[in-house]
Amino acid sequence: MELYGYGTIIPARLDATFSALADPTRRAILARLASGDASVAELAKPFAMSQPAISKHLKVLERAGLISHSLDAQRRPRRLEAMPLAEATEWLERYREFWEKSFLRLDDLLEELKAKEKKSARPKKRGNRK
Amino acid sequence: MKHSGNLTVTTPSDREIAMARVFDAPRRLVFDAYTTCEYLKRWLGAFDTWSLDECSIDLRIGGAYRWHWTQATDGMVLGMRGVYLELTIGERIVCTELFDDAWYEGEAICTITFVESGGKTTLTQTVRYATKEARDGVLESGMTGGVTASFDALAELLASSSTNTNT
Repeated sequence: MELYGYGTIIPARLDATFSALADPTRRAILARLASGDASVAELAKPFAMSQPAISKHLKVLERAGLISHSLDAQRRPRRLEAMPLAEATEWLERYREFWEKSFLRLDDLLEELKAKEKKSARPKKRGNRK
Repeated sequence: MKHSGNLTVTTPSDREIAMARVFDAPRRLVFDAYTTCEYLKRWLGAFDTWSLDECSIDLRIGGAYRWHWTQATDGMVLGMRGVYLELTIGERIVCTELFDDAWYEGEAICTITFVESGGKTTLTQTVRYATKEARDGVLESGMTGGVTASFDALAELLASSSTNTNT
């Protein structure tokens, strides 16, 4: 099934992703993980936050499928999972592209409508002056 | 794209997508362009090889609208329909929104507002999806593209959204 516009991915499936991404700390955690796996302690370091607080964020990210952790009992490093992010990005990009391109056309139309209004307003003004 | 910085797309909640764009025209004209088929055919999804070939609008509360697009080269089609729930001419539209090949469950609710300031109009459109449990099965697999590239693109989108959310 090929769909046009922004209709290729199910928004419901993206709910968890977008919800997880709505928080700046969680976005920063993902940005850190994009450059490589990291343990909870390593992830907590740049934030003025306790490890339990960070763990809470990690849980949300994990539930959304955005990250996973390996079973290495000592470090349990977190890893960025690409798929949900790629889906969310693709969907948003299509959505944006659809409207961006449409709105550029709308800009042109509005210029035309404004010009038309000016034109039809002009004879009236002249009439008033007389 | 010369105007691309102008459009902001945000995800204010886990079920909403919001979009804002400023147009250099009075509110009245933007509203007309948004609610008149003759005008919509000129711009809505009318780019590249796509055209809005079917359009009907019954602009009143309880009235229905229907849009249908066709792509010239591959013959792909896309249709959507909805009903107007609230209507303040020139200012605000609340309507349902459902694609023909709905890939998600339930109708989405779309709220569009037109706010004019200094001769320019800010159009804000928020779509709230009713979807709770949608089927993963429909999801197309084979997502391509670099992981990091995708992430960067998303981060960029979100960064622009978080700075614009409160304005």
